[in-house]
Amino acid sequence: MPQVRIPTVLRRYTDGEAVVSAEGSSVGEVFTSLVEGRPELNEQLFDDGALRGYVNVYVRDEDIRYLDGLETKVEGDDEIAIMPAVAGGSAHA
Amino acid sequence: MRFADITQAVGHTPLVGLPRLSPPGYRLHVKLEGTNPTGSVKDRVAKYLIEQAETYGLLSPGQRVLEPTSGNTGIALAAICRVKCYPLTCVMPENTSEERRQLLTMFGADIVFSPATEGSNGSVRVAREMAAADDSVYMPFQYGNAANALAHFETTAPEILADLPQITAFVAGLGTGGTLTGVGRRLKAWDASIRIYAAEPEYGDLVYGLRNLDEGYIPEVLDVDVLDGRIKVNSLHALEWTRRLADEEGIFAGVSTGASLAVAARVCDRLPEGSDVVALSPDGGWKYLSTGAYAPGDVREIATSISGTLWA
Repeated sequence: MPQVRIPTVLRRYTDGEAVVSAEGSSVGEVFTSLVEGRPELNEQLFDDGALRGYVNVYVRDEDIRYLDGLETKVEGDDEIAIMPAVAGGSAHA
Repeated sequence: MRFADITQAVGHTPLVGLPRLSPPGYRLHVKLEGTNPTGSVKDRVAKYLIEQAETYGLLSPGQRVLEPTSGNTGIALAAICRVKCYPLTCVMPENTSEERRQLLTMFGADIVFSPATEGSNGSVRVAREMAAADDSVYMPFQYGNAANALAHFETTAPEILADLPQITAFVAGLGTGGTLTGVGRRLKAWDASIRIYAAEPEYGDLVYGLRNLDEGYIPEVLDVDVLDGRIKVNSLHALEWTRRLADEEGIFAGVSTGASLAVAARVCDRLPEGSDVVALSPDGGWKYLSTGAYAPGDVREIATSISGTLWA
């Protein structure tokens, strides 16, 4: 089953879990399973069915905007990572 | 090459082939921006930020410049502001490396620290507050200034095209988006089939912060339409490629160079055989020695121990 990596800021909606398994054969299907029963998470990720601009989603490390968006296929234990957009540069460097 | 002063000596960096690291049937190249005067690609950006402001009358003689910066941009601005006689204040996270503090201080810049836990976004917040409270300062704001991408459109990309007109794909790290947007637009204007890929650092949780998702969001200079792919690279993978670059090709680069090389190698299998792929190396490894990134030992352990401190 695909694994969704949850960023720190959203773990309050997943009982603190950093990785959540969810059913689906596309990113959109997996996200539908993921947000079921988690309306606040749905609100954080989506605006009228579209991913919010400050949410980046990666399948096998690639941003889905440059793949097939929410239609991007996933199989097996593919990792879907949700990451907040941040300004360049790290806290330390 | 002879130049009248240091501000003229920016750019003209070498494009170096990587025959030992290239996948069979492909040619990888790296553009070494570490050879710029203060040692990073940000010399190009700093020169454009200041000179565009001068041209458009946004900056007057002796006026203070204020900028949030995690490092390279601050050092580059400090050098150019010194010779052009603009006092400079840099806002940076309080846990910034000692090398960077010393360089900035040597160039006469003032440093204001923002909370470490807020990362770069905290520096942006503090700098914006300072600029709002004092209208005598000029804040170039590289994150939202078109001069950032223009520097690459007018200098970096033409250098690449002059050296390698048959370029197939270009890879650069995603920070402000200035390099990818400026180089990408110029290369695509030259040949629309040239592919542009972003190597995005996968930061540690600390960098992403613990606040609400939208609070940290800063619209990038990045033109998302110029990209053909955006691929994230974790610290371990970036470090492995950075070390291979030294070990196999004799090039000592910063860790974000390794991230771009990892992406360059990854995208080869979607490009025609015989393709020439250019990765941009934003800086050398010197400023990261104190992070332990190049220390002897198990690369996996090193990557884990420094994943929060690695990225420039």
